[in-house]
Amino acid sequence: MADGGSAHPAEDPAAERARPADGDAPATGLAGPRPDERPHPTGRRDEHGVRKEPDSGTEPTRRATISALVEDEPGVLARSAGLFRRRQFNIESLTVGPTTVEGHSRITLVVEETEAGIEQAKKQLAKLTPVIAVGELSGDAVAAELVLLKVRGQEPDKVHAITSMYDGQTLDAGPRTITVQITGDENQIDDAIDAFDQFGIIEIARTGQTALERGDSPTTPGEEPGHSAGETDDDEFTNYDD
Amino acid sequence: MSEPATPDTGGRDDADDADDPDEGADASTAGRTDDERAERAARTDAASREPGTGADAVVSALEAAGVDTAFGVQGGAIMPVYDALVGSSVHHVTMAHEQGAAHAADAYGVVRGDPGVCMATSGPGATNLVTGIADASMDSDAVLALTGQVPSAMVGSDAFQETDTVGVTAPITKHNYFASDSDAVGSTVGEAFALAKTGRPGPTLVDLPKDVSFGDAETPVGEPTPPERTVPDPAADEEQVEAAARAIEEAERPLCLFGGGVIKGDATEEARAFARAHEIPVVTTMPGIGSFPEDDDLCLSWAGMHGTGYANMAITHTDCLIGVGTRFDDRLTGGVDTFAPEAEVVHVDIDPAEISKNVHADYPVVGDAGTVIEQIDAEIRGADAPDTTEWREQYDEWRERYPMDYAVDPDEPVTPEFVVEAFDAATGDDAYVATGVGQHQMWAAQYWTFREPRTFVSSHGLGAMGYGLPAAIGARIAAEDDREVVAFEGDGSFLMTIQELSVAVRETLDITVVVLNNEYIGMVRQWQDAFFEGRHMASEYDWMPEFDTLAEAFGAKGFRIDDYDDVAETVEEALAYDGPSVVDAHIDPEANVYPMVASGAANGRFALAEDQL
Repeated sequence: MADGGSAHPAEDPAAERARPADGDAPATGLAGPRPDERPHPTGRRDEHGVRKEPDSGTEPTRRATISALVEDEPGVLARSAGLFRRRQFNIESLTVGPTTVEGHSRITLVVEETEAGIEQAKKQLAKLTPVIAVGELSGDAVAAELVLLKVRGQEPDKVHAITSMYDGQTLDAGPRTITVQITGDENQIDDAIDAFDQFGIIEIARTGQTALERGDSPTTPGEEPGHSAGETDDDEFTNYDD
Repeated sequence: MSEPATPDTGGRDDADDADDPDEGADASTAGRTDDERAERAARTDAASREPGTGADAVVSALEAAGVDTAFGVQGGAIMPVYDALVGSSVHHVTMAHEQGAAHAADAYGVVRGDPGVCMATSGPGATNLVTGIADASMDSDAVLALTGQVPSAMVGSDAFQETDTVGVTAPITKHNYFASDSDAVGSTVGEAFALAKTGRPGPTLVDLPKDVSFGDAETPVGEPTPPERTVPDPAADEEQVEAAARAIEEAERPLCLFGGGVIKGDATEEARAFARAHEIPVVTTMPGIGSFPEDDDLCLSWAGMHGTGYANMAITHTDCLIGVGTRFDDRLTGGVDTFAPEAEVVHVDIDPAEISKNVHADYPVVGDAGTVIEQIDAEIRGADAPDTTEWREQYDEWRERYPMDYAVDPDEPVTPEFVVEAFDAATGDDAYVATGVGQHQMWAAQYWTFREPRTFVSSHGLGAMGYGLPAAIGARIAAEDDREVVAFEGDGSFLMTIQELSVAVRETLDITVVVLNNEYIGMVRQWQDAFFEGRHMASEYDWMPEFDTLAEAFGAKGFRIDDYDDVAETVEEALAYDGPSVVDAHIDPEANVYPMVASGAANGRFALAEDQL
């Protein structure tokens, strides 16, 4: 105490809020109306903090394809994957590869999340220091995936027919197994796998989806055309999607 | 860290070592002569200094960044960097444990407003930093961590004292770097320093393999610069500002919620001016404590799990919540489904990822706190704003109905609130308060009246017990000499980093550690009583040492409080002692922290006593 203090706490200027023990307050805890004696508004929010009517159901999820242009440095993929793991975003696939710009790579992610979850995933990804730009691909973006299928080789003609039907290629054919490669969008791949199921699929390997925006729209915001695009005369380029 | 017999490579006895040009078995092969060292020490202009080795470049980068203090612990892999500190303008404070170094650097940064720097060796040194780095990450504190690493050629071989520091710290850093080039390491360290304080602050780390530290560096180190795309635009989008201003104008029961971002963004002045100009009451978050004077009529103190009843009532009934620099943490919101149920939410933040992360923002405004507040202020016309007289009467009434007072009985054990208020009364308005984590932290936050930003130094988001003492050391070194530094600790929390008392003694740091000793890990005991039918599993701490006697063993001054009659005199003597003093205050072991909003409950349902939980 600046003034040396007094022996009795009740007279002590330091404890302005101290009250005598024989007050009408509870022996432990604090004074005041109980929780059930207080007014409470009824409005409620959902699990994302959005105010809603009490009876609206849970929010649906949707699938989104996110493209991230990144600095091609060690650990950038681990950082991105670690981020999704840590924040528990539901990730369906992740692909990565170089671009035509020296030192840049593109990561393509497919996530299944609520609207709020997708927004959060994009924002958190954009926050990583090596990430240059993040975009969500529109519904009409071009997307493709590659699958390798190893099936039993007892019916090579039938296998070949199905492979042709999906514009696939036979990579390896032996007396016991046949391995084919199919590319296409996700639905085509799923269909192809169903079709090959009749032969008995021994092994399967899928790349996950990779994707680009159509036409002149950049895949991530502000993305410059690749270095090999060079100078073009616009007249030579017709964007059929316009 | 304990050192291997040969502190060069981490002790691998390997004939191939002879092939490795970067092996420096001792300083005579690695460093410079004493003459060179003296010459180097004589140079004061950091910018003009020619780096010699990667380690020199690291130190030059710190000097160029204006770093005057670093906290750390020596060790094998970081030795070259320590050697380069000889003659540097950077003052190194050796801590007893790397966790202490990280917390001290964190607190130093909080007080100074510039990144704190901590250093450790590889392996166990780096892993000991992890708690402090995670703490800085959760609280958005700017901290630069420098860690030694085994030589590049040995990385991945599970060498002695090798840990994948970049991997371990990736989730708890804003960004981290693995240095691979001696000539570039200076600019890497500069970039890491700049990035730590750019935009939303956070910890960064540079891992320094020993060969990179020993290697030649010729390029002079310049000013620290962050990567260009990490620098956010301070001003918010005009449309966002207008929409937020309209919402605030139309509110009948507006409420400001100032978070830690107001303090980190140095926006205290703008925030205060805004609330006063528009007569909008203010609640703060716990990290936001000090952004607004708590003895001001407009201030309702802080909200959340152990916030005041009136702050939580205001949150419950406001129709327009203006959140600035807050991330709507669960300790603040309780269940988000019941949070601020009547409010349109205006959310100002520098980090777009915080917008609508936890609570949906009806009016997001992305930008620097001070800049945005001024933008909104300029946009508010206010001519036909609703009359808020009723609102003012309402929250004044809540202040009356839910007072933060407590019973004092001279025949009973001392209440912790009384001890906190006694120290508050005996120190200036600008005193710094550091805390550990637990009940004592809540009492300090509740019963100390904070008036200035950066005066409350605590572990908020991570809740790291043991933060208080090293934080007090960091704050003391960062603060002006005439400002008091008081650390409130609990018995359990204090014991976690008590070894740092040796540092306070060695440096003759004038700090006062107040242990609110209830011989319990009290917050756990409080929860056990409320939710686990009073089973005190592993929470009884009757095995605590006598902290006053232990303080004397360290060479500090020890005091003990057993009853009210001891308080006044002890407070005076402990504060007057010119050096570290420890007050072992034996408080009421049954004392609990109220108000309390149960986990996930509504703010307005705060309990005032145990039977209400």
